[in-house]
Amino acid sequence: MITLNNLISRIPGGVAQGLIWGIMALGIYITFRVLKESDLTVDGSFASGGALTVMLITAKINPWLAILTAFILGIVIGITTGMIHTRLKIPAILSGILVQFGLYSINLHIMGMVANVSCNPTKNDVLISMRNIPLAILTGAIFSLALIAIMYWYFGTEQGCAIRATGNNEHMALAQGINVSNMKVIGFALGNGLVALAGGLMAQYQGFADINMGRGAIVIGLAAIIIGEVLSEVIFPKGCSFFLRLTFVIIGGIVYYLIMIIVLWLRVDSNDLKLATAIIVMLAMALPNFKKGGK
Amino acid sequence: MLVLENIHKTFNPHTINEKVALNGVNLTLNDGEFVTVIGSNGAGKSTLLNAIAGTWLVDEGRILINDVDVTKLSEDKRAVYIGRVFQDPMMGTAADMWIEENLALAHRRGKRRGLAQGINPDERMTFRALLKEFDLGLEDRLSTKVGLLSGGQRQALTLIMATLQQPKLLLLDEHTAALDPKTAQKVLDVTDKIVKKSGLTTFMVTHNMKDAILHGDRLLMLNDGQIILDIKGEEKKKLTVESLLEKFEKASGEEFTNDAAILG
Repeated sequence: MITLNNLISRIPGGVAQGLIWGIMALGIYITFRVLKESDLTVDGSFASGGALTVMLITAKINPWLAILTAFILGIVIGITTGMIHTRLKIPAILSGILVQFGLYSINLHIMGMVANVSCNPTKNDVLISMRNIPLAILTGAIFSLALIAIMYWYFGTEQGCAIRATGNNEHMALAQGINVSNMKVIGFALGNGLVALAGGLMAQYQGFADINMGRGAIVIGLAAIIIGEVLSEVIFPKGCSFFLRLTFVIIGGIVYYLIMIIVLWLRVDSNDLKLATAIIVMLAMALPNFKKGGK
Repeated sequence: MLVLENIHKTFNPHTINEKVALNGVNLTLNDGEFVTVIGSNGAGKSTLLNAIAGTWLVDEGRILINDVDVTKLSEDKRAVYIGRVFQDPMMGTAADMWIEENLALAHRRGKRRGLAQGINPDERMTFRALLKEFDLGLEDRLSTKVGLLSGGQRQALTLIMATLQQPKLLLLDEHTAALDPKTAQKVLDVTDKIVKKSGLTTFMVTHNMKDAILHGDRLLMLNDGQIILDIKGEEKKKLTVESLLEKFEKASGEEFTNDAAILG
């Protein structure tokens, strides 16, 4: 039944999941907004992070160590995409698709050739779980804040500035002696590291890893980024600091997931959610172009 | 000091679009020499500059900067020796980054970029003083995005960036061509000031004969991928547009085909 109580009871869970999608979107922000490349690896690396985390946690390994390992795996995956793009000169978007496609097999191997591995929070030590949603929100928020702070610091360093210059103007970066290929590889690595970490959090939260859990991750990430940008423009029309812009990515993730919850609450078939998401992202991305007068 | 030995470059070889862009260029630039480079459309001026900068590798020949063979070095590795300003004012700076961030990036040209802060307070003071010196009205706008500046301001900033770490060689690729005449003059003034101040070895490609004659102490004219005129010293000082055109026609056996160069 469609009742308001029904909706309100779903909101806290939506916020918790939205935070995790927001963390994933921070990773996508590095490739999509800082490097200005579309990295489709993330659909695979999100699942890789989830798969590895669950396998390690169910093998009774400390969940912090598990999630760190997932982060490192994501970095290795990102380096792979980056090397295919910069060394083999394959367009970034295609490099990402290739790695994402190949990761399906690798992720199955990680999960012992099973498509779905559960990670029962009562039997395993986990960092975040839907069994305790208030705690999950707190954990997600702390993770987000810590990651935003680290990213804020990193992109202010010499190396971080070099990555930003690479994404902003490759000619300028080359003329200033910046090795743009290496900067791209680092960007892809960090981006996928964060995405895999988010995958690890999501698997713990929902209590299982699934071979298909990353499907559409790129679209959800873009939705979070763009919703965040639209909101930040409304609240800070004169622009805001990098720290706030990153915060709005997380807020975008939460808002995106709350929209999904409302759509579900309206009894839209969950199989139609992907179409709804695609349309929302398309409209949000087209909006700024309409404002410019259709140029 | 720059040495070019027998530089060859052909674009789209063995295709219908084959174009011999550089056909055996030899050149030695002495320390502190300021050379202006002129030629008809498609003569190979910018191609020669790109060959030196390492935008692509040459097919044949050797390039030495300060006795270091850079022929096989990539663009970013050569940037250790080279400061560069492009024709397009958008190309030399990062539009979404602040003025001080652009300057700080240039200040680290040729150095390892680690996890130290991208810009430190000492630098900020240096940059402010430097911008003030060039009277661009930018010294109090260090945290303004470069994208908000005018084309002339961006070119002047690119010039300052190109010379912040003193380069062995300054490459200017028609860097005033996209500017209105008044702004172009101002940027040329800044150019002369910077080049004189540090005695930089400078290679300036221009489409404007007057500028080529007025600036620098040596003039090269390119035609069909070769240097056909090399004028220096007293002879350079006495040049006029008419005498230069005459020399060109004598050397190449054809008429100069670049109206902008003559009228500009």
